[in-house]
Amino acid sequence: MGFLKNIKRVFRSRPAVQQLPAGSITVDRNGLVVTSTVSSAYPMALLGEIGREVLALFREARAAQTPLTEVSIHFGSFLVTARELRGGAVIFLVPQSATVPTANLKPL
Amino acid sequence: MEAPYKILVLDDEADWLELCRDIFAQLPSKPEIRTCTSSPRALGMLDSESFRLLILDLKMPRMDGLQVLSVVRRRYPELRTVVLSGLEDEELRSRAYALGADLFWLKNDMQRDSKMFMDCLESLLGRDDDGGFRGIQSKGLMDIIQLEWLSRSSTVLRITRGPLVGRLWFQNGELFDAEAEGARGEVAFRRILAWKSGTFENLPPEPGRERTITKPINALLLESAQTMDENANPSSDTQLVDARHRNMVWKLSLLVREGAEFVIAVPPEGQGEPEALGIQSTDLAGWTRHATEIARRLGDKVEAGPLLHLSAHSLEKRLAVLSAGKKSFLIGWPLDVADQKLLEHSKRIVASWDS
Repeated sequence: MGFLKNIKRVFRSRPAVQQLPAGSITVDRNGLVVTSTVSSAYPMALLGEIGREVLALFREARAAQTPLTEVSIHFGSFLVTARELRGGAVIFLVPQSATVPTANLKPL
Repeated sequence: MEAPYKILVLDDEADWLELCRDIFAQLPSKPEIRTCTSSPRALGMLDSESFRLLILDLKMPRMDGLQVLSVVRRRYPELRTVVLSGLEDEELRSRAYALGADLFWLKNDMQRDSKMFMDCLESLLGRDDDGGFRGIQSKGLMDIIQLEWLSRSSTVLRITRGPLVGRLWFQNGELFDAEAEGARGEVAFRRILAWKSGTFENLPPEPGRERTITKPINALLLESAQTMDENANPSSDTQLVDARHRNMVWKLSLLVREGAEFVIAVPPEGQGEPEALGIQSTDLAGWTRHATEIARRLGDKVEAGPLLHLSAHSLEKRLAVLSAGKKSFLIGWPLDVADQKLLEHSKRIVASWDS
């Protein structure tokens, strides 16, 4: 029984792993997050980073004379889809899971 | 006497580590078990000693298991990793596998199916009760095929090159079927042999599979070697120009066959000029390079796993950005191309580009 007590003790609550964000954010042309449906547990600073990197993609494409209307970034366990919006962007954040069918987002 | 393998167990719970030490000491191969309660210390131990296997928890303070996995995957590609987590979360499982973990087990399941878990660990360590030798080496594909032939093995050799997967079926050393890039038989075999690099694994044999190859394996290898030799060694400048021209024509026909509008192959900065087909300007080469860097940076920040690909819409076309080795590829498609076709055909173009 002492052995079982050991097992139970080691499974008590632990510090959390950073989950992937799920939801959508809107960023203005300066990269500021204007609206968000992502859980407030997810750091706003990271959401801001996501917004800024996405805006950089759109900005660089404009500089290359190929303005983009939509970009999707596919990671092993995460999908980021962004729609350009008058200099800013609406960004959808979708974690991918092995048991949930991969989201097949069509163009907006 | 060969030194035992070393296993490093990383978990912030000291009691759990004691339990693991007792359990893993019962592994048949009697590995040396080392434990650690902190991620930075574990990385230090991996730096200074040679470990075969890392077993780690996910929920740890300051530096969680996923961060450790992403570091370990880059620094120690030969190290096997097992995630042993108390969290039943499919998203975490996907992320762990995306970050290169070999196995993901729940602590509860380990208790319930301890024998299966120990068998998995033993298999990962590379030793089992059946005997024989296992190892990891870099070998040419021809050498690997010849080894299967000479050892008269019955197996399915699964060969992977980026997004492309090929299979070779052996029965008693005789090659009787091949499949790759939508082809079967000798055509598939030649395509696989033209791949310059990749990985392979042995799968259980399938003796009941239909035979599509009747030519002896040494004849197939000889024909393929002759073809590759002719392509690699033109005998004069004229032949060299012809070879380049043929290469260009082949790539153009690949583009047309797959339905793409253009391809820009972009090497890393400072390692050559971009190669463009179907488009005059290479302005997009810089964007391709930067887009790949931005996306990878984003993936590292949110611990989302490796970057698979990007896709984009402009007003006139659709774009796909994929990486193969150190190169990035930008492929342009018509606006009306279907999502599935965009990805699959882009992968085919990239995989076939340098083969």
